[in-house]
Amino acid sequence: MLQAIAFYLFAGLVIASAVMVIMSRNPVHSVLWLILAFFNAAGLMVLVGAEFIAMLLVIVYVGAVAVLFLFVVMMLDIDFAAMRAGFVRNFPLGLAIAAILLAELMLGIGAYGAGGLELGTPDGSATQAPAASNIEAIGALLYGRYIFLFEVAGIVLLVAMIGAIVLTHREAKPGARGRQDIGKQIARRPEDATVMKNPETGQGVEL
Amino acid sequence: MIDIEHYLVVGAILFVLGVLGIFINRKNVIVILMSVELILLAVNINLVGFSAFMDDLTGQVFAMLVLTVAAAEAAIGLAILVIYYRGRGTIAVDDVNRMKG
Repeated sequence: MLQAIAFYLFAGLVIASAVMVIMSRNPVHSVLWLILAFFNAAGLMVLVGAEFIAMLLVIVYVGAVAVLFLFVVMMLDIDFAAMRAGFVRNFPLGLAIAAILLAELMLGIGAYGAGGLELGTPDGSATQAPAASNIEAIGALLYGRYIFLFEVAGIVLLVAMIGAIVLTHREAKPGARGRQDIGKQIARRPEDATVMKNPETGQGVEL
Repeated sequence: MIDIEHYLVVGAILFVLGVLGIFINRKNVIVILMSVELILLAVNINLVGFSAFMDDLTGQVFAMLVLTVAAAEAAIGLAILVIYYRGRGTIAVDDVNRMKG
């Protein structure tokens, strides 16, 4: 009973906040609703015992991606009222496509509920690691059978990181104040930088 | 009784909401990117639901990979948005026709 209440709470909230993400006028509000949606999706995943993915969702999305979105929304000073201009014009088309997609997906799920197709029987080769907890089991799987997949994920993240830096990095103008020229610093020798003077008493130093 | 179908329905509704968001927010790239995140979240819910249903952890490993790709996509998309805004002073998608032949 409690599980059902929790499921309907999480599912209802995730759908409601997804609606608010796409309908809200202010993109900052959209990002905040997106955070709520991801939180409730994490709750849904905890319900079926996938704690690791749930934690990853909260850490990666709420901690990183949502903050990135907020950063960009606030950094770009954009008139968002003008952006809503096409809303009414595009609404019927979007609604029609959404209705078609939803009908198709519901048909698929209904057909599955009515018995589904028999695509062979399990032969017992499914990947289950005999571990105590979900996290241990996923760890055993990730570092064992799916190690290459795991490394490819790392490379994807590395490429994304380098790509984002390369895209947004701006070279400062040469000679601009506060810019460090390492070659010039290294080429500097004490002989060119300092002079020994022994001025007479009462006379200044010519520099 | 909560079944696999319940999870599939939640995933389907989220997916459709993401697609709808792309269509009704045609002018605002930031909300389009958020809609793509919603679509990927729907995929993740399906993967995790089936993983629990089949008692097979592979689904969760794949959900992690989808998460990785979603994070990379958000970072690159927002970086492109930032340089586009720097050059043009606007992010309206309708004006993106520079590469038209």
